[in-house]
Amino acid sequence: MMGYLLRRVLYGFPLLLGINILTFILFFVVNTPDDMARMHLGQKHVTAEGIAKWKHERGYDLPLFYAEKETGLRCLTETIFVRKSLGLFVFDFGQSDAGRNIGADIRERMWPSLAIAVPSLFLGLVIDIGLALGLVFFRLSRLEYAGLALCVALMSISTLFYIIAGQYLLGRWFQWVPISGFGEGLDAFRFVVLPVLIGAVSGVGSGVRWYRTLFIEEIERDYVRTARAKGLSEARVLFRHVLRNAMIPILTGVVVLLPLLFTGSLLTESFFAIPGLGSYTIDAISQQDFAIVRAMVFLGACLYIVGLLLTDLSYAWVDPRIRLDD
Amino acid sequence: MLRFYPTDVLLLLTVLAMALFLVLSLRQEHLRRPWRKVMGSPTGLVSALLLGLFTTVAVLDSVRIDQGAQTLSLLDLGLSNLRTSTEKTYSEPLGVYASVHEMVRTSDGHETWTAPRLVFGGRHLVHPEEDRLRDLAQRFFKGGVLGGLAGALLALLTAWILWPRRNLLAFSVRTFWAELPRSLRAVMITWVVLGCLIGIAVALAGGYHVLGTDKVGNDVLFQCLKGVRTGIVIGTLTTLATLPLSLGLGILAGFYRGWVDDVIQYLYTTLNAVPGVLLIAAAMLVMESVMGRHEAMFQSLPARADFRLLALCLILGITSWTGLCRLIRAETLKLREMEYVQAARILGVSEFRILLRHILPNLFHLVLISVALDFSSLVLAEAVLSYINIGVDPSTESWGNMINTARLELARDPPVWWSLLGAFGFMFVLVLCANLLADVLRDAFDPKRENAA
Amino acid sequence: MSVMRQSHRCVLGRFLALSGLVLGLLGCGDPPNNPYSKVDRDAKTLYTSFEERPKHLDPARAYSANEYEIIAQVVEPPLQYAYLKRPYALEPLAAAEFPKITFLGAHGKILPAGAPDAEIVESVYEIRLRPDFRYAPHPAFAKDASGAFRYHALTPAALSRIRTLADFHETGTREVTAEDLAYQIKRLMHPEIHSPIAELMGEQIIGLKDLGERLKTEWDHDPDRPQWLDLRRYPVTGLEIIDATTLRIHVHGKYPQFRFWLAMPFFAPSPWEADAFFAQARFKAINITPDWYPIGSGPYQLIENNPNRRMTLARNPYFHEATYPSEGEPEDEEKGLLLDQGKRLPFIDRIVFVLEKETIPYWTKFLQGYYDASGLASDNFDQAVQFSSIGSAQLTPEMEEKKLHLETAITASIHYLGFNMLDPVVGGLTPAKAALRQAISLAIDEEEFIAIFMNGRGMAAQGPIPPGIFGYEEGEKGINPVVYDWRDGHPERKSIEAAKARLVEAGYPGGVDPSTGKPLVLHLDTTLGGADDKPLLNWYRKQFQKIGIELVVRNTDYNQFQQKMAHGNAQLFRWGWNADYPDPENFLFLLYGENSKALHGGENAANYQSPDFDRLFLKMRNMDDGPERLAVIQKLLDQVRRDAPWVFGIHPKSFSLHHDWYHNYKPNLMANNGLKYLRIDPDERAQLRAVWNRPLYLPALVGGVLLFIVGWCMRRLVLKRREAQGR
Repeated sequence: MMGYLLRRVLYGFPLLLGINILTFILFFVVNTPDDMARMHLGQKHVTAEGIAKWKHERGYDLPLFYAEKETGLRCLTETIFVRKSLGLFVFDFGQSDAGRNIGADIRERMWPSLAIAVPSLFLGLVIDIGLALGLVFFRLSRLEYAGLALCVALMSISTLFYIIAGQYLLGRWFQWVPISGFGEGLDAFRFVVLPVLIGAVSGVGSGVRWYRTLFIEEIERDYVRTARAKGLSEARVLFRHVLRNAMIPILTGVVVLLPLLFTGSLLTESFFAIPGLGSYTIDAISQQDFAIVRAMVFLGACLYIVGLLLTDLSYAWVDPRIRLDD
Repeated sequence: MLRFYPTDVLLLLTVLAMALFLVLSLRQEHLRRPWRKVMGSPTGLVSALLLGLFTTVAVLDSVRIDQGAQTLSLLDLGLSNLRTSTEKTYSEPLGVYASVHEMVRTSDGHETWTAPRLVFGGRHLVHPEEDRLRDLAQRFFKGGVLGGLAGALLALLTAWILWPRRNLLAFSVRTFWAELPRSLRAVMITWVVLGCLIGIAVALAGGYHVLGTDKVGNDVLFQCLKGVRTGIVIGTLTTLATLPLSLGLGILAGFYRGWVDDVIQYLYTTLNAVPGVLLIAAAMLVMESVMGRHEAMFQSLPARADFRLLALCLILGITSWTGLCRLIRAETLKLREMEYVQAARILGVSEFRILLRHILPNLFHLVLISVALDFSSLVLAEAVLSYINIGVDPSTESWGNMINTARLELARDPPVWWSLLGAFGFMFVLVLCANLLADVLRDAFDPKRENAA
Repeated sequence: MSVMRQSHRCVLGRFLALSGLVLGLLGCGDPPNNPYSKVDRDAKTLYTSFEERPKHLDPARAYSANEYEIIAQVVEPPLQYAYLKRPYALEPLAAAEFPKITFLGAHGKILPAGAPDAEIVESVYEIRLRPDFRYAPHPAFAKDASGAFRYHALTPAALSRIRTLADFHETGTREVTAEDLAYQIKRLMHPEIHSPIAELMGEQIIGLKDLGERLKTEWDHDPDRPQWLDLRRYPVTGLEIIDATTLRIHVHGKYPQFRFWLAMPFFAPSPWEADAFFAQARFKAINITPDWYPIGSGPYQLIENNPNRRMTLARNPYFHEATYPSEGEPEDEEKGLLLDQGKRLPFIDRIVFVLEKETIPYWTKFLQGYYDASGLASDNFDQAVQFSSIGSAQLTPEMEEKKLHLETAITASIHYLGFNMLDPVVGGLTPAKAALRQAISLAIDEEEFIAIFMNGRGMAAQGPIPPGIFGYEEGEKGINPVVYDWRDGHPERKSIEAAKARLVEAGYPGGVDPSTGKPLVLHLDTTLGGADDKPLLNWYRKQFQKIGIELVVRNTDYNQFQQKMAHGNAQLFRWGWNADYPDPENFLFLLYGENSKALHGGENAANYQSPDFDRLFLKMRNMDDGPERLAVIQKLLDQVRRDAPWVFGIHPKSFSLHHDWYHNYKPNLMANNGLKYLRIDPDERAQLRAVWNRPLYLPALVGGVLLFIVGWCMRRLVLKRREAQGR
């Protein structure tokens, strides 16, 4: 078990290295630090000297891979690659191009993201599973057919539309909740309701269909037939047997998502002015703050790898037949 | 003189290839059965019909004719009425007055602050207040009836082509309808309904802006129709870009296993780990700087926009091949253990031939299903990318761009809802059709489903 | 059966109870959509928004409007613009009186007042600061019992407990001194601060450039340099500290514009203690830097700086005596702007800046009363503003009913379309090239642009100088005769035929390039990437089509654009300029040859170089306002209108709306420290907010009933199914 775990964790390193190289090529080789400097120093009074200063201050004036001027090992360490990219491995994100510490920002912005993402996930889960069970209950009836058609229709609507419509109805017309913003502590509740609702509803179409297929697969199995033959009511069969056994794929499906909740939702956060990591990323893209984008790429990749790891673990946990040490 | 941009050529080629593919696959005995299943499903056939119509619009919009300073597509020429009838600014669907007030100089020299009459919308009306409704109703019925009739003709034609075994003339109407397969009945109804709708739209568009106008007075209906091409290009070309990667790498990984498999798995796990939007954003930023450096190549705006569209398709393709690749790898792993593959190998058939003859054809259903499934999500993704400003060029007519602009328009009071609704409606129908067709295809082609059903 | 029904009822009961609870929660007290916490709601708190976080709040660095909006309330430079007076006039702020200016000739000889410019070698500004200014409370000033600074040498253990500046419990203050002003001027040269005006001031203030050089060699390359650079140890010849409150600044030659710089935050006194405090290790890693926590003697202090969400200014308890002005324009009296005269400033306790990025929420919140004032986005315009028959803007009845108020002002800025004068096609000073540029100036219908894209919120520019700045002239004298005719008391754009005639003169009859036989192709470089900009680009193409020229828009990102401009590779480009100070020099220098962007890295983006212009410009620069200066400016304007290096574009008009409870607002485009004059009436605000925000619960009720009906139908179906199975 430990051996397996260790192996999976170790496998993460070449992955991270690959990601690192990929982002490095995108952000330094193709887009030069000169461009970044000019962008950040603004419109008025930009001089070549100012650009050189800016680059020097942020360490962007080093050579990319190999420093010819230095001697010994410093040939390799005094480079942008080592200074800027490898630091990510110890979660040292450094300064953003605008001069703020990225690590501190991420730690602070993580919480609002979670406050939206976690309730969205669970509310969505409850709604999806409930509706999917309903569909399975009424399977092969007109109701199921209509329900599935509705799901496809819901899937075909752009997320943007859900957000715009939700804000317009609940925020502007009904005036139930503040239309955007974020609060502290319990006060956050009022701000979170609408984004969470939209997050859950926009996923209903695909979610219900996905869980329905899970349940249908389960319902074809022999033990369900046996249970039914024993004379158990349909509802009981569904809740007792089908749901419980479908929990395994549901759980493993959710586990892989958990770490990524940290990075938040790009669209929802920027529409609702929620100070989370999603809007952080969007801002960074629009301001071309490459240091932040790099950090977020790396963070996202790390979390993805953690998710994979958790999935493996959860498989082992729910299904003892899977032996991890072989 | 005809002129083609890269995406035009690729789109036309893709459409041709798909048609060819369809014909070829119909010849294959083992594929004919699932196709028949698709044909038998009303939803499948109706959505295929609608998708066909969308594709026709896209193809028409991809054949361009050089006319001096301008390059216009067949669609532009066909709808030149809509294209050129621009107003000054916003106006409601079927409106006669602009939606924005301005200072108007009246005949007696006074200036008043009012909503001016439109240049094009309802210009034939002398007293718009009294005549407008009557005029609209007249056009509505005339268009509906004529369109319906045309639709009915097309419906009969379709039935005759798709159901050639019977001599249509030998039937009375009632027995014909009763004997007609359900799917064909649905198609015929669709034709008539579509005919009515198009007829009404055409009749109304002769004198009004059916879906209103946007900020600079362009017809929204026309923009929606132009958006069709962008949607279809993104949906199809992206899949085209993914196929060589996912198919090639997936088969290699599954067939050769060992270190090849390890490398390919590493590759796609790495790509998967990078958050998709960020990768796309980074790649688009890079693409812009590449374009900036090779300016001479992109002298005209359409060429730039087209290149950007192509680049977006490629980038989306590069970020989204991993899913299909994984499926194909798994399937190949299974296939290579099959008896007939083992037998072929013992008989000394070359690996290349085995791949080509035994493995590749049996992956067809996977490709088909995933192409159909991805199509809809790609069309939706375009809108989201436009929001972050990393989507298609702003000068390209696309639904994403329209929805993105509509955000601001909704904040007006009274809100300008028609652009949003138009783009949303067209996108919804296209995505819905693609989703429905994907479902039908999956049911028909997925062997697992066959057992389950 | 009965068991089922009971459980069903129970579910229904729970549902009702829950929805009741939710409704109750939402319904109690004030409107449920109030986005502010209870603490903030009733106090004299002003709510406003920011769209993008300010990048720099260090007064030596901040240079954009959104940064000034905050730091101008926190720091106080020697001078300020009078809030109510027009034309814009300076008045002392941190200085006790206007600086005394002495001109020195060769060998330090004092010259009389009317001495010719050529004789003036340096000017001395003697600034006497007010003695009663004290800094807002700050931990950098806190001292322990022995009189040593409490927080200047923190141990790593103590530092590790700090998250924000508010975690320091003890604070202190002290008086503002002349040394602080000298210190701040030296900070402009600090190698790590990158002040945007470092170079400019280095050229002007005697000895400052040497300081920059010295710091660069001595400090920047010093491997074991201290963390804090004590600038007090570096004397500058041009900064002469006379006593605790008097500083003499020596400036090269005559530089009358220097007085305007003295009104900008760049010259706000700054205590060395703050720099010493912030220089401690680890502060940078938790974003505690002078760039985020400005310190000054202003009416407010920044107590919360969370650029991800909001920033809060609160009253500075040590704020000096200052009163509301009693002089203004004649109509200020009737507008009620003088009601508070003589009362002590500031009136508002707190100012909260909330992050707001999307227009829909922003505008909606404003109408709901959650923002006190709003600029006006073009898309909300029709709802709020209409033009009366005489052409002046007024509110729509709907807004009148909400008791909104509208203020308009033409900004001291210009948006123009520039030609790159180094370009072989559109550049050059020959008559033919000038004719081409004039043709384009004629073809681009700026009035239409203003009508479509700005809802009339702007005026077409007749030259580079906007209204309100010396040198701008009203009426027939002020029009650009190349593009406009004066008719019926209005400037009227010449017809498109005039443009076509110019095009013939330029050698492109009908827009066709005779060398190729095809339409002339021109390139417009922009950074307009967004979907919202598409109509704009289409509009530009349409303008050029009118005279047969094909316009290709090259869209590049900001970097590429900047690079192109710096290398002079652009052809046509859109550019703008906001006044730094109300002087024509600040606009005309944009066309001065020595400022060419491509050749000298200056602000002359069009790279316009005309010896005649340059000569006159130098003459105009140092003149005092008066008829002579006006005559020179007229000549300058005539020349640029003929040469047409710009299509002069527009001067935007700013519209701002505010609610009835918001008082004393008068648009002042130069003063950026106006928040201290504002007054709000929280009671009226609370009242109106309650009236405007009555949540509509009917949909919830309808939804609940619908849900219930659906549930009931489902239950019927379930039972039916079960019966069918049972059989």
